Amino acid sequence: MIGLGFVYGLAGLMFAAMAGLSAGDRANPKRWGNAAFWGLVATSFLAGDHIGGLANGLIVIALALLAGLGALGQGRPVTTSPAQRLQGAERLGARLLIPALIIPVVAILGSLVLKTIVVAGQPLIDPKNATLVSLALGALAALAVAAPMLRPPLLAPLQEGRRLMDTVGWAALLPQMLAALGALFALAGVGDVVGRLIGQAIPLDNRLAVTVAFTVGMAGLTAVMGNAFAAFPVMTAAVGLPLIVRRFGGDPAIMGAIGMLAGFCGTLVTPMAANFNIVPVRLLELDDRWAVIRVQAPTAMALLAVNTALMYLLVFRF
Amino acid sequence: MWVLVGIGILIAGFAVRLNPLLIVVAAALATGLAAGHAPWTVIAELGKAFNDNRLISIAWLVLPVIGLLERGGLQEAARRLIGRFRGATTGRLLLAYFAFRQGMGALGLTAVGGQAPMVRPLIAPMAEAAAERRFGPLPDALRQTVRAHAAAVDNIAVFFGEDIFIAFGSVLLIKGVLDGAGYPIAPLQLSVWATPTALAALAIHGARLVWLDRQLRRTMTPDPAA
Repeated sequence: MIGLGFVYGLAGLMFAAMAGLSAGDRANPKRWGNAAFWGLVATSFLAGDHIGGLANGLIVIALALLAGLGALGQGRPVTTSPAQRLQGAERLGARLLIPALIIPVVAILGSLVLKTIVVAGQPLIDPKNATLVSLALGALAALAVAAPMLRPPLLAPLQEGRRLMDTVGWAALLPQMLAALGALFALAGVGDVVGRLIGQAIPLDNRLAVTVAFTVGMAGLTAVMGNAFAAFPVMTAAVGLPLIVRRFGGDPAIMGAIGMLAGFCGTLVTPMAANFNIVPVRLLELDDRWAVIRVQAPTAMALLAVNTALMYLLVFRF
Repeated sequence: MWVLVGIGILIAGFAVRLNPLLIVVAAALATGLAAGHAPWTVIAELGKAFNDNRLISIAWLVLPVIGLLERGGLQEAARRLIGRFRGATTGRLLLAYFAFRQGMGALGLTAVGGQAPMVRPLIAPMAEAAAERRFGPLPDALRQTVRAHAAAVDNIAVFFGEDIFIAFGSVLLIKGVLDGAGYPIAPLQLSVWATPTALAALAIHGARLVWLDRQLRRTMTPDPAA
């Protein structure tokens, strides 16, 4: 069965190769910092399940210190010139898009079809993680189609991957780190404390006030936690169920559906939602780290108002 | 109350522009200590949580093939492709991608899209090329705004599309929380009530993209050579 073990092993080998190639990159004055950072990430992927929590924790602290002390530089692997790329685009045209589109196609086919295939009594891929396994298979399939088309040097995929990885830099691990922070928040009961505070702070006697407290509270708490999934149970227990549903007789399905969407408005404006708001800043090489949030904020605010109005108009009516 | 110290560290850290990875780790350690756990225990808890969430970083597995295609001229090919559509403008292109990504999300196909596999290699270069075809080379600030818009479309479209699909994670989470509290509901009810917001998102952000075109026309004079 192809499961997460295979995917983690593949990612671990990729990060290990990036670490090794970084160490040999004399054009990067901080090459040892890059090598150490990606080497630690590789260790986590290859050995994380065997070394115990404490060792993993020390890896996390080392990663944060390397990033915080500015130890990472931009690797400069040999790549093609702009003129060569234009030539490539003229020669291959839209055919170059095919491998890029293979990734989502395989990811979808995989999560719909591959997970139903059983070989010798065992499922071919782990059905619980079908989407992630299919994504990895999609990346491999795209590579298999792209390689004969482009005939690159053997190490080119890893070197080009390293070029992009260094463009993203430490931000590549921020989403995973934020998820870990969310887990520690949960262990320490942060959500319950925030929910109690919000529950105490709002007036109980007015439908509009309660509605606004719920939708704006969902957006605000989501912005703090970086994730509407973490905010939803807290706000539902603090405001949604006791006030909107029980006290004023609101419809629980509408409360839940629109409440979650109000939370997504918070996701659009917080650096805590790193894979949506910070990672693209690095990937697109933008100077302003708030650039994506700035563009999203007007839509987010307008949609928060829409969600609040929809909630107020619908939730008490059905 | 003390467990809120982590939130304080996050806000202060972002305000004084420390490295976000460092801020997050500091906030996590402080929160664990404030909850009364021993230092070694907190480090181990953080390590375990990090290890348990490795699947989030799996998305980077696409970088080698994306990088390889860029090496072969993928961004340039995407630019040439958009150049063939005479009516294509930055705003219309992004609006078309918005509708496509939102529709795919509503069908549960959230894997179609994403910042690394789609926006960087395809959507952002196309959005830039559509503007450059009319106005010639863009000033750097405007070019960065166009790119940021490409990233924003990918996010907003999927956020307000995926909740229409009845088996999406957030729909199942809402159902789980409400079921647990004694209010059993059907996932279909949730996707029905997610639809008005989805349409509002399309209308509001679509209007802003049309306005982006107007903004480009106002700031840039048409390039006679283009």
